[in-house]
Amino acid sequence: MELLLALMLLPPLAGAALNGIFGRRFSEGLVSAIGCGAAGLAAVFAVLVAVVSHLGPESPPFVHSYFTWIQAGSFRTDFALYYDRLTLIMTLVVTVVGFLIHLYSRGYMEHEGGYYRFFCYLNLFLFMMLVLVTAASYPVMFVGWEGVGLCSYLLVGFYFPKKSASDAGKKAFIVTRIGDAGFTVGVALLFWTFGSVNFPELFPKVAALGLGDQQRALTAACLLLFLGAVGKSAQLPLYVWLPDAMEGPTPVSALIHAATMVTAGVYMVARSNILFVHAPEALKTVSAVGCITAFFAATIALCQNDLKRMLAYSTISQLGYMFVGCGTAVFASGIFHLMTHACFKALLFLAAGSVMHAMSGELDMRVMGGLRHKLPVTFWTFLVATLAISGVPGFSGFFSKDGILAAAYNGPFGAPWLYWLLTLTAGLTAFYMFRALFMTFCGKSRVPHDLEHHVHESGSKMTVPLMILAVFSVVAGYVGIPRALGGSEAFDRFLEPVFGGSQSLLASSGVAAAHPAGDLALMAGSLTAAGLGILLAYWFYLKSPEIPEGIATAFSGAYRTLVNKYYVDEFYNWLVVQPLLTGSRKFLWQFVDAGVIDGAVNGSAEATGDVGRVLRRIQSGNIRSYAAWVLLGAVGWLGYLLLR
Amino acid sequence: MVPLSHILLLSVILFTLGTAGFIIRRNVITVFMCIELMLNAVNLAFIAFARRLPNLDGQLFVFFVIVVAAAEAAVGLAIIVALYRNRNSLAIDDVDSMKL
Repeated sequence: MELLLALMLLPPLAGAALNGIFGRRFSEGLVSAIGCGAAGLAAVFAVLVAVVSHLGPESPPFVHSYFTWIQAGSFRTDFALYYDRLTLIMTLVVTVVGFLIHLYSRGYMEHEGGYYRFFCYLNLFLFMMLVLVTAASYPVMFVGWEGVGLCSYLLVGFYFPKKSASDAGKKAFIVTRIGDAGFTVGVALLFWTFGSVNFPELFPKVAALGLGDQQRALTAACLLLFLGAVGKSAQLPLYVWLPDAMEGPTPVSALIHAATMVTAGVYMVARSNILFVHAPEALKTVSAVGCITAFFAATIALCQNDLKRMLAYSTISQLGYMFVGCGTAVFASGIFHLMTHACFKALLFLAAGSVMHAMSGELDMRVMGGLRHKLPVTFWTFLVATLAISGVPGFSGFFSKDGILAAAYNGPFGAPWLYWLLTLTAGLTAFYMFRALFMTFCGKSRVPHDLEHHVHESGSKMTVPLMILAVFSVVAGYVGIPRALGGSEAFDRFLEPVFGGSQSLLASSGVAAAHPAGDLALMAGSLTAAGLGILLAYWFYLKSPEIPEGIATAFSGAYRTLVNKYYVDEFYNWLVVQPLLTGSRKFLWQFVDAGVIDGAVNGSAEATGDVGRVLRRIQSGNIRSYAAWVLLGAVGWLGYLLLR
Repeated sequence: MVPLSHILLLSVILFTLGTAGFIIRRNVITVFMCIELMLNAVNLAFIAFARRLPNLDGQLFVFFVIVVAAAEAAVGLAIIVALYRNRNSLAIDDVDSMKL
């Protein structure tokens, strides 16, 4: 088992090393073979581990320590891996979706510079992500956490000669760093309170506490951990980096900024579920932030014309859903949505990449339209993903989103307002997704003539992963059919060993469903919202396309606010960036650097010069005066010796 | 037996004369002679001490000084001749080209 786990982690690392060191000399075929092979091997071993872990009897989480990493006083952290059913799901999602995206990149990145660099980073990312989800302690998790952040930075700035790309990379790195600071402080606080940061020691210790013990420390620690999740998973107020991260190549957006890395925050909250249930205030914060983010990002997505940016806001919105699932203490629903979202959002991005490929890099939906006939595979897969994300019954998003909506209403920490806002958001989601679908693929073509004859379906290297992901986008939901529909909630029961502890703790202390309501009624609400959204989109963008323009002019203020994304970037720029820049320029540069530091250096040089200018008068060239000085010196020295 | 202090006093007077001449006089040859005068004042002090102490080191040193002085005289006079040929002057202030 420990060998298999190591074998799952090592291929991506080896692939990254091979491609990173020798890739420049390899042919494109060899580079992609190494990259995809490493990802494929990781996927194979992930499946093997999953199978092996189920052969034995029901067992506590598997933990294996490979070597001691840090030991200082009472602080001790091993490089240890932790494998339970939550890890199982995460490793499968990461490796399988990752592998498909590797396959897709083979075609997408052809004829682009830095082929080997791309696969090196992608493999490194996969390795770091696996470290993140298999870590058995917060410090090891933090290694993966920062590692994926690094890969995100490298890949967002992949086209670094472009200023906007390198800026976006820096923005992604710096903004998430704010959250990471919270994460580290939170971990330190946990160590201070409980004396351990390793899951196998920490979690039982916390589980043994009664509700209300160590409340303040746990609430603070959970809020700090959540701050890390907010940065990584692009929630309010730290979401601003994700839309800009779309500067990276599209497979990167699919893998890192939709399917895996941005869900790390959700995973971390779910992994720390036992801590969070001891801190109800923190849980309420999680669900409130998630819910508001979901709504907020969905409204921005309504008016985006850039296909990938629209998808980015949609991702932020869906991540908000996952946080609501976790924040209402129905962690399994959050993880379920994480899994289905990974499939359909990766598919959406890859399909968007395929469109972009066909349109020679154009992403503005206003110059698309009617692409259905020219890109049939892309269209159908995009349609499947759109149906899934909109929550149309039968597709995966329906089941997982429904689970979260039910949790929002009658979960242990649910509240009606969460449900209503999320339902409204579901309607918005359906609207903006179908708006994108219609604008891109249906209606009359608005493609400029010089582009029109270029438009072609992508090769099989790209379409095959699309089709596989489309299948996943449909079937992934069927592992968790809710009881209301005659299912057995297999997914929730599967994760029972992971979340059971926190659930029974809540149940035993009387925190149970606060607002019981029929699951079917809740489902009907979300279905109505989605149906209305789809209908509106159909009416606005296919039937009578003049209406949206009419609305935009009638409510031009609101429209401009949305198009400009609520001016949040401008606000942050004014609040944080400009003061920092001005402060650095005026104080640190012009005063401290130029004044104090340069002043000290130049001042000492000038002082030396001044002294020299005075002293050089002594060197007159007049030998007799020299002699007189020598005499004077000798007399002085003698006088000193005698009179001493 | 002349007391040591008398000899040392003579040595000091000679040395001071030499120094003063070195500083005040402008003729190169005079300056040169003043240097010789200082050297000999030192020689005198050496001899005096060598006689006073049961020790021959002072006398030995005097030989060295005389040898060096002789060499110096040879070289120095040669320089003075060369200087005169070049500058047509023996005034020491004419060779202060190092002065700013």
